[in-house]
Amino acid sequence: MASRAERTYLGQWWWTVDRVLLVALGAVMVSGLVLLMAGGPPVAERLGLSTFHFVNRQVFFLAPALIVLVATSFLSPRHVRRLALFIYLVSMLLVFAALQFGPEVKGAHRWLNIGSVTLQPSEFVKPAFVILAAWAFSEGSHRRDAPGTLLAILILPATIIPLILQPDFGQTMLITIVWAGLFFVAGLHMMWMIGLAGVGGLGIIIAYTFVPHVRARVERFMDKSSGDTFQVDTALESFYQGGWFGKGPGEGTVKRILPDAHTDFIFAVTGEELGVIACIVLVLLFMLIVLRGLVLARRLEDPFCRFAAVGLVLLFGIQACINMAVNVHLMPAKGMTLPFISYGGSSLISLALGMGFLIAVTRKRPTAPLYDRISPLHRSDA
Amino acid sequence: MLQDHSTPPGGKSPERAGPRLPGASPRAPLGASGGSQQPSPVAPSHKPATPAAKAGPAARPAPKPGHGPGQGAGLWQGLQASAARIFSRGGASSGKAAPDQIAAGRVPSGRTPPGAAGGGAAHGAAGPSRFNAAAMGASARAVLVAGAGRLKAGLTHGGALTWRSFFRAARAMIGDMFRMRADKANSRIVLVGAGFVLIFGAVIVRLATFAVMPPPASERYVAGNTVGVARPDIVDRNGLLLATDIKTYSAFAEPRNILDADEATELLTAVLPDLNARELREKLSTKKGFVWIKRELTPKQRAEVHRLGIPGVGFLPENKRVYPNGPVAAHVLGFANVDNQGIAGIEKYIDSQGLRDLAGLGFANNAADLKPVKLSLDLRATHAVRDELVKGMAHFKAKAAAAMIMDVNTGEVIALTSLPDYDPNNPVDALDKDRINRMMVGVYEMGSTFKALTTAMALDSGKVNINSSFDARGGLHYGRFTIRDYHGTNRILTVPEIFLHSSNIGTARMALAVGVEGHKAFLRKMGQLTRMQTELPESAAPIVPARWGELNTMTISFGHGLAVAPIQATAAVAALVNGGKLMAPTFLKRTEAEAANVGKQVVSAQTSEAMRYIMRLNGYRGSAKKSLVQGYYVGGKTGTAEKVIGGRYARNRLFTTFMSVAPANKPKYLFLTIYDEPQGLPETYGYATAAWNSGVTTGKIIARVAPLLGLPPIFEEPKNPFPNMVRLGAWGTR
Repeated sequence: MASRAERTYLGQWWWTVDRVLLVALGAVMVSGLVLLMAGGPPVAERLGLSTFHFVNRQVFFLAPALIVLVATSFLSPRHVRRLALFIYLVSMLLVFAALQFGPEVKGAHRWLNIGSVTLQPSEFVKPAFVILAAWAFSEGSHRRDAPGTLLAILILPATIIPLILQPDFGQTMLITIVWAGLFFVAGLHMMWMIGLAGVGGLGIIIAYTFVPHVRARVERFMDKSSGDTFQVDTALESFYQGGWFGKGPGEGTVKRILPDAHTDFIFAVTGEELGVIACIVLVLLFMLIVLRGLVLARRLEDPFCRFAAVGLVLLFGIQACINMAVNVHLMPAKGMTLPFISYGGSSLISLALGMGFLIAVTRKRPTAPLYDRISPLHRSDA
Repeated sequence: MLQDHSTPPGGKSPERAGPRLPGASPRAPLGASGGSQQPSPVAPSHKPATPAAKAGPAARPAPKPGHGPGQGAGLWQGLQASAARIFSRGGASSGKAAPDQIAAGRVPSGRTPPGAAGGGAAHGAAGPSRFNAAAMGASARAVLVAGAGRLKAGLTHGGALTWRSFFRAARAMIGDMFRMRADKANSRIVLVGAGFVLIFGAVIVRLATFAVMPPPASERYVAGNTVGVARPDIVDRNGLLLATDIKTYSAFAEPRNILDADEATELLTAVLPDLNARELREKLSTKKGFVWIKRELTPKQRAEVHRLGIPGVGFLPENKRVYPNGPVAAHVLGFANVDNQGIAGIEKYIDSQGLRDLAGLGFANNAADLKPVKLSLDLRATHAVRDELVKGMAHFKAKAAAAMIMDVNTGEVIALTSLPDYDPNNPVDALDKDRINRMMVGVYEMGSTFKALTTAMALDSGKVNINSSFDARGGLHYGRFTIRDYHGTNRILTVPEIFLHSSNIGTARMALAVGVEGHKAFLRKMGQLTRMQTELPESAAPIVPARWGELNTMTISFGHGLAVAPIQATAAVAALVNGGKLMAPTFLKRTEAEAANVGKQVVSAQTSEAMRYIMRLNGYRGSAKKSLVQGYYVGGKTGTAEKVIGGRYARNRLFTTFMSVAPANKPKYLFLTIYDEPQGLPETYGYATAAWNSGVTTGKIIARVAPLLGLPPIFEEPKNPFPNMVRLGAWGTR
């Protein structure tokens, strides 16, 4: 299939995609399935479902996710943009639909029931948003006639205001951080970065002051005795019980009382059953994907591809960082799933979409024409 | 101009390198405001004009749209290192600060007479270094160049012109701030990567600490893990149970899940009436995740609490320590607290032997996994001893009493009782000062019992033999003190007679024959001057006189002036009768072979035989007659000490001891009974001395315990029990 002698469509794909990234993502997906076998059953049993309910569902979603990932990775940057725009518009529509018609789950309107499938449209907004923001930034950076930067600034409120209405502070925070990161990479003046950080800090202080549950969470993080720290304590105990090598697959006991063992706290279950070493390997795997993505982004000449790659890596990496940091109690509890590991169909397909985009924009491409268009300056040093 | 631009910041252009020197570092000038800090204020003040003038025109077009990005990127191609970027950021900030500085420089130069120009020059001098630092950063270049140019203009022309250039500089700066620098993307990606490495690294470090560090002992952790800790059973020398674990349940609450603390309090106190309602309500009204309601419920209580069905109330299985024999051997066993941690006696000793570590590692969760701890105690004998002692203490109206049995050949403590005692199942009063273990924690002047030690010392020293005689007439005068005998004989006594009549004078003379140093050395050898260590953590150091002269030796020889723990004296006497081997008493089972290894020969076998002989003699002819139990060939020694009350010996407050050995010809057990302030009774003719109470009780104890301990009765006088004494023709053998 992948002979270099002839330029088949598939062959071209195989030789231009970044195979390190592809393999690493495959490894994360497979380990996600394995870890869900540890984290899923206790929750399923608690909910009265069949033991491997969550594992089966995850496998069920993994097939379309893989298709999405591979299919997306075939796209050219232009098509990536178009697809992203389409997905963005559709999923924003669905976000509004969820706000209006979605059932209330735990006080939020985040989900839409379509047949037997529960859909969380905000998940799909994220990769599409990153692509569109990257596009706007790249336009802003090399074309003075298009109001790229202004668009890039405006797209943030347009996206997060519906999310705040849901309310979904986790996604809001994630999107805002990614957006700020993109702005940073796009070359925003340091003054503005400091200003943004200030606004962010102010936002956190306001949230702390006026949003009771945010305040409670921060206080619990600072002072364990101020409230219920059952989840975090249990998660920490998982790690302590696991030690270096873990108790062995299926031997975990703390996971039976650990809430969200199959989603937000699957990392702690990993710690208990497979040990700290396995956790570190998992961290290194995520780190490999993130750093590889950034290295590729640095190599890219096309500003759009570069920003898109950075944005997608940020989205993926920050989500992983927050989840792991919460699990090991380095930051206050915040519901965030571990990419490709935690259970969740919408999340899985959204991540596949995002990583498909990442592989698509980091494909090796002939760069000379782009080069000329974007920056004539590469000739001056010749 | 072009040349100037294409020189990388921090490059080698001489005009730049020159004035840059005065500024300490590109970052430092941000804080350095005084021109006086410059090494040579005047020379540099002119220098900046040169690069400023040169760069000025070049910089002006910079803010114009369209020109910037391409050109800028070209300039920066050589600079990929992020370190250079950091410089550029520092420069940008300096550039921002520049207008203020310029304004400061302007005022003196424009509005002050020439005389004050020095100050202005100094300010001007501050400028260049600042600006040269700023020149490191291209982003600030436009600002600084315009600013420096304007500064120069300000210096030469004054007010109006400066305003215009100030606005221009401001516009340049603002324009710069709005420009996106796509060319910085690469270095900023590196920074993003560094950020990620930092966060992931922190997670990895944290993970590693989980594996390396022991878990913190939080309340929940304690509740979850150590409560379940099991303790090994404790059994006596025959395997009878002294302490064991039983499973119980403890009720706890999660206050955050309690819907109505008042209602819950009401329900719980109805079922568990001994709970303090106010305290419970306070506990349940907090937002804590875990509080105990009541530990170790009975099954009935548990069922009742369970039936209440209060959300947020649960049960944890616990191991409760149970001592089936109640107060019997309480002082030896000690007790465990509600968390099943040993905090006294053998229980504490077990913890110190690694049980706590095992528990920490999660092992000791099942008593069945733990080997029972076998003590040297004999439960039946201990019970008998306690029973007799309780009766005796009531009979003689003593304040306190204690008794013990020691195997003289192994140093094992067979029975130990100290009254008043406590029930380790409910050790509420265990810490009462009155309930100490008097055998080990109390130190007493042992009285005449100590004469055994003195006699042994004298015989073993070689300066005195069994036939030596001492003058016990009148009193023994020493300075203003006179030592008298309680049962005065007023004649010359042989060594066995001194012991028999418990002559203070004779004993003191024996001690003097050995001398002060010899006396001290002997007592040290017998372990009477240092704290005696056994398995039990509770012990007391003897009270030794700070200055020890002849008078001390004289009084100590008959048991006054040196306070020791009774177990200490017992161990020493055991060594005197067992053939001369001193071994530390133990509460764990020990064989004779093991004891022989730890034993230390302190007196000769012949001295030991002499001691057995005189104790036996005392047993049927002397003060110890009352403890004479037919058939066990008992020997013994009484001891009555006056207690020190307010620094004086009180005649009517006695501390009586009786030490007896059975059988005296081949000793097996040593019995010690002590009474604290026994009272005289009609049947004792008002006497409260040792023979009338301690001696009597010891006799009863021996009669009752000897069959239990398997001591064979001896009905016929043993043939020639003390051959050496006969050979020497000791007093009483003829």
